[in-house]
Amino acid sequence: MPTFGLNQFVFLLQGAVWTIILSILALGIGAVAAFIVALCRISANPVIKYVSSVYVLVIQGTPLMVLMLICYFGFNLYGIDVPALVGATIAMTLYVSAFLGEVWRGCLESIPRTQWEASDCLGHSRVQRMRYVVLPQAIKISIPPTVTFMVQIVKNTSLASIIGFVELTQAGKLVNNSTFQPFICFVIVAAIYFAICYPLSIWGKILERKYNVGHR
Amino acid sequence: MSAIAESTSTQPVVELKGVHKSFGALKVLEGLDLAIGFGEVVALLGRSGSGKSTALRCINGLERIEQGSIEVCGHRVDQMYADMKPLRRDVGIVFQSYNLFPHLTVEENITISPRIVKKSSKKEATDIASSALAKVGLLEKRDNYPEQLSGGQQQRVAIARALAMQPKVMLFDEVTSALDPELTGEVLRAMEQLAKDGMTMIAVTHEIGFARRVADRVIFMHKGRICEMGPASIIDNPQTSEMRQFLDHDLK
Amino acid sequence: MVYQFDFSFIWDQWPRLLQGLWLTLAMSALSTGLGFLLGTGLAIVNSYGRGPVRTAARVYIEVVRNTPLLVQVFLLYFGLSSIGVRIPVFATAVIALSFNIAAYSAEIIRAGIESIAAGQIEAAECLGMSRAQVIFHIVLQPALERVYPALTSQYVLLMLASSITSQISAEELTGAGNLVQSETFRSFEVYGIVAVCYISLSIVVRFALSGFGWLAFPRRRRLGTNL
Repeated sequence: MPTFGLNQFVFLLQGAVWTIILSILALGIGAVAAFIVALCRISANPVIKYVSSVYVLVIQGTPLMVLMLICYFGFNLYGIDVPALVGATIAMTLYVSAFLGEVWRGCLESIPRTQWEASDCLGHSRVQRMRYVVLPQAIKISIPPTVTFMVQIVKNTSLASIIGFVELTQAGKLVNNSTFQPFICFVIVAAIYFAICYPLSIWGKILERKYNVGHR
Repeated sequence: MSAIAESTSTQPVVELKGVHKSFGALKVLEGLDLAIGFGEVVALLGRSGSGKSTALRCINGLERIEQGSIEVCGHRVDQMYADMKPLRRDVGIVFQSYNLFPHLTVEENITISPRIVKKSSKKEATDIASSALAKVGLLEKRDNYPEQLSGGQQQRVAIARALAMQPKVMLFDEVTSALDPELTGEVLRAMEQLAKDGMTMIAVTHEIGFARRVADRVIFMHKGRICEMGPASIIDNPQTSEMRQFLDHDLK
Repeated sequence: MVYQFDFSFIWDQWPRLLQGLWLTLAMSALSTGLGFLLGTGLAIVNSYGRGPVRTAARVYIEVVRNTPLLVQVFLLYFGLSSIGVRIPVFATAVIALSFNIAAYSAEIIRAGIESIAAGQIEAAECLGMSRAQVIFHIVLQPALERVYPALTSQYVLLMLASSITSQISAEELTGAGNLVQSETFRSFEVYGIVAVCYISLSIVVRFALSGFGWLAFPRRRRLGTNL
């Protein structure tokens, strides 16, 4: 039975690389979806608004783990064998679209009504209003909570281990299964997550302070 | 609520000797000497920065002094900074910003301290609260929350709250300065009633008329020292140029 | 080939799922209660403590908030059994969830504590209250009233996160779903139903927590405004 050594540590780091890759995929694709969701949630069209509310309710009300299981097994129904990475990415994208979408909706709604009205009075079209008046301000406010949310994304990639994707947590489980030294193993796994997440958290706090000062 | 317990001696209730206080490099109190007797009503006047509010806060131990001594109701304040509780039971203070507890009703604001500090029973505390509220004329508001009251009403509740602890001395720190002019009257009337009942009071105030009418002694502070002191009539007849300037300015 | 949905397993499997649902609720309720108490303690230490105790609290909070719950659960579960401590899986799950939610609660409650104006504390001290009395009666109560909605959201998320404990074989809802799925091979349907259960639970729990808040905060109940 091997003991925990350099090989095991490198294996964990390789898992960490996949954690980062999955996080970036989830953020990248999820952000696009989140933007759409946010726009739908503030839409003037009641049908779009209602459907997107239900969507958010469903996704937010389902544990990410269950989402992963559904996404992963969903494809297998049609006989399509998808790699765990794809299943995990789809589940995380849905997760990000709902949660980040709500954060961004909050940012859009925090732009005072007067800004929207002023833009209308200047004769802007809806797209121009978005592009030149509302979005620039909303994006600025949204940066701190988005950075903070990235920490959630990284942590939640650990659930991809459920469907066998070898990111950091799954790597940890595998190493533990072969070395039977759970303390060392999982403490190092936790430390690697901490090393990724803590700087992001700090950055988020700094940004929040910076932008809040600008606000007052 | 009955008048304050009688005093048997001529010992001053509040005595400051050679008090010095600085905030960093800024000297705020320079060798302050003051003695206030039982039942005396003292008005502390002065410009902003004259040190009057600081002096009041030092009396209650809210600010530490660097030199000198302060004795209040037999407590040496300058030696008690580690544990102020015994002093606080004898001294009541009302702040400019009322500082009522927003999550409690008016009655609860007043009964909370008797109940948890003095361990009074619910009935005793409620009775005390009722008489304190009656004294400031707000008995009907007992079940309201502070946010439902006007500024003047909140300040009167603050006075009742301090009174409920049955202090020997009451301190007032510019209690009408944050109020709209039409609301100051009700607060001043409550304070006047207290004075009539024999409470020992020190009030930092800008209300010259009130000082003239109610105070036994008026103290004018300037640049951290007592510039002029005497009975309320000195307002009509200021001796020092600083006080004259201050009053002219104020009355204009 | 079109997939044939088949929900017939419900007829005999529903007791298992119901049992799982009940366990999810029990686990979440216990963890919420314990986590809240621990979180309040941490927040107080963070705001009013000094020296090494305060540092320890800060470190604890940051470590828990920056590592995944799943890893925390594994650490506790495998770690405990490797040193020979044998406690039921349910207890391990509750402990892990409590420690986790305590850190998040602590940050929220700390924000509430810091929002209490200094004048309030000064006034309370001038009325003769001790430090402990001031903290409990004048700081904590309004602070909790203020941050209660944020806390509620965290506790709903905790209930959803309890699904993670299925990984250490806790027989809560997801765990029950796993079992049913492994026997009937109707994965899509089973997890679909499980998802619907969680969505319903989150609505019910949110409603219940709101109701609790309505009872606990009389000022809010009577005036309807925010503190």
